Amino acid sequence: MIHLLRKELKLELRRKSVIAGLSLYLVSTVFIYYLSIGFNRQVLNPLVWSAIFWATLLFSAINTIAKSFIGEKRGIEIYYFSIVAPEKVVASKIIYNSILSLLMCLAGYGLFATLLSNPIQDHFTFFGVLILTSIGFAASLTLMSAISAKANNSNVLMAVLSFPVVVSILLLAIRATKNCIDGLDPSVSYDELVTLFAINCLVGAVSYLLFPYIWRS
Amino acid sequence: MRSYWWKILAVLLVTYSFVGGLLFEVPRLFILNETIRALYFHVPMWFSMVAMFVTSTYHAIVYLRKNNPEADIASSSFAEAGVVLGMLGIFTGMIWANYTWGSPWDGDPKQNGAAISLLVYFAYFILRGSISNHEQKARLSAVYNIFAFVAMVPLIFIIPRMMSSMHPGSGGNPGFNMYDLDSRMRMVFYPAVIGWILLGTWMGTLLVRYKNVKEKVYELEETVR
Repeated sequence: MIHLLRKELKLELRRKSVIAGLSLYLVSTVFIYYLSIGFNRQVLNPLVWSAIFWATLLFSAINTIAKSFIGEKRGIEIYYFSIVAPEKVVASKIIYNSILSLLMCLAGYGLFATLLSNPIQDHFTFFGVLILTSIGFAASLTLMSAISAKANNSNVLMAVLSFPVVVSILLLAIRATKNCIDGLDPSVSYDELVTLFAINCLVGAVSYLLFPYIWRS
Repeated sequence: MRSYWWKILAVLLVTYSFVGGLLFEVPRLFILNETIRALYFHVPMWFSMVAMFVTSTYHAIVYLRKNNPEADIASSSFAEAGVVLGMLGIFTGMIWANYTWGSPWDGDPKQNGAAISLLVYFAYFILRGSISNHEQKARLSAVYNIFAFVAMVPLIFIIPRMMSSMHPGSGGNPGFNMYDLDSRMRMVFYPAVIGWILLGTWMGTLLVRYKNVKEKVYELEETVR
């Protein structure tokens, strides 16, 4: 499993175009916000900020994770199937995708802070939210990506399938973010964080259990 | 399930809830007034929807374990029945909201959660429609069904309880607890719940039989050719 994880990382570093493409996607999205909002930063009240922040991250996460199965060739899949258990494949993919989407979250946060504004007051809790949300995204979207890869590789299907599934994670993240922006005491968002964590465990466990069934076909 | 006493029971109970729900005496409450009668129609529909989705997920699990096509047909049929009931529930809720909240869609967390869970099942049907291979369709949609159900649980049962909501039953609004005191309402409400669940099951089993017949007709046509 560690080998698989290492292979993923290496492969990703080698496919520089993918990383470059994703970061360009993120940069251009944030830049469009910057251009359309311009200098009227008072428009960006906390709610709007967290809404566009999470919408951006959601779409870049869907795009990133969609690549995890859709990008792979037929032959590789059969090769994996013969040497490792499907559970290990999905676990390594989830870990790898959480690292990747955490990086995306951090990059997105940096871009938002430099180009737009940085209303976050409680950074510590906010990073907790970022970490938990990216794990949640990875755990749920990896399975969706596997399903849509089996169903004739359509990117549209990926977006349609994953949107309703990640909404609950997204809603909690937005609520916790709003608390962080208002600079409330961390104990206020404690509820959201615990629920997020519980949802992550649930979703992760379900993907771990269900993935072998997809893999077999 | 072929026996029909429970179908007659369903018709009787739902008819009773219509008559009773529209004619019986209800408690007078501020703002709610006569719209309290929506409880007899709107709430049982949701109960029935959840029951249908649970059945659908159960059949999806059975399919993954045993790989029998009947379970797949049952799973998709009950999901369809559940979506129909969910749409009815949303529309009746919107009518009610129009009179009490002032507009049919008020950004209430429960309403949004319900709408999103319907979206999940629409995505499920799209997934079914986009795969042509029969076995693969059954397996992938069973996986998505289970996953979607798990993802839906926090959306319907957990998050709305964390947010403030105008929906009856939360945040100091008159809810079940208040009605529960009134046994006259219970007399109609519980039969209505049972009636709607039976009605939903009936719809589901009819769909199952329809699909089986269609499959058989298709096979016969193939052999004739």
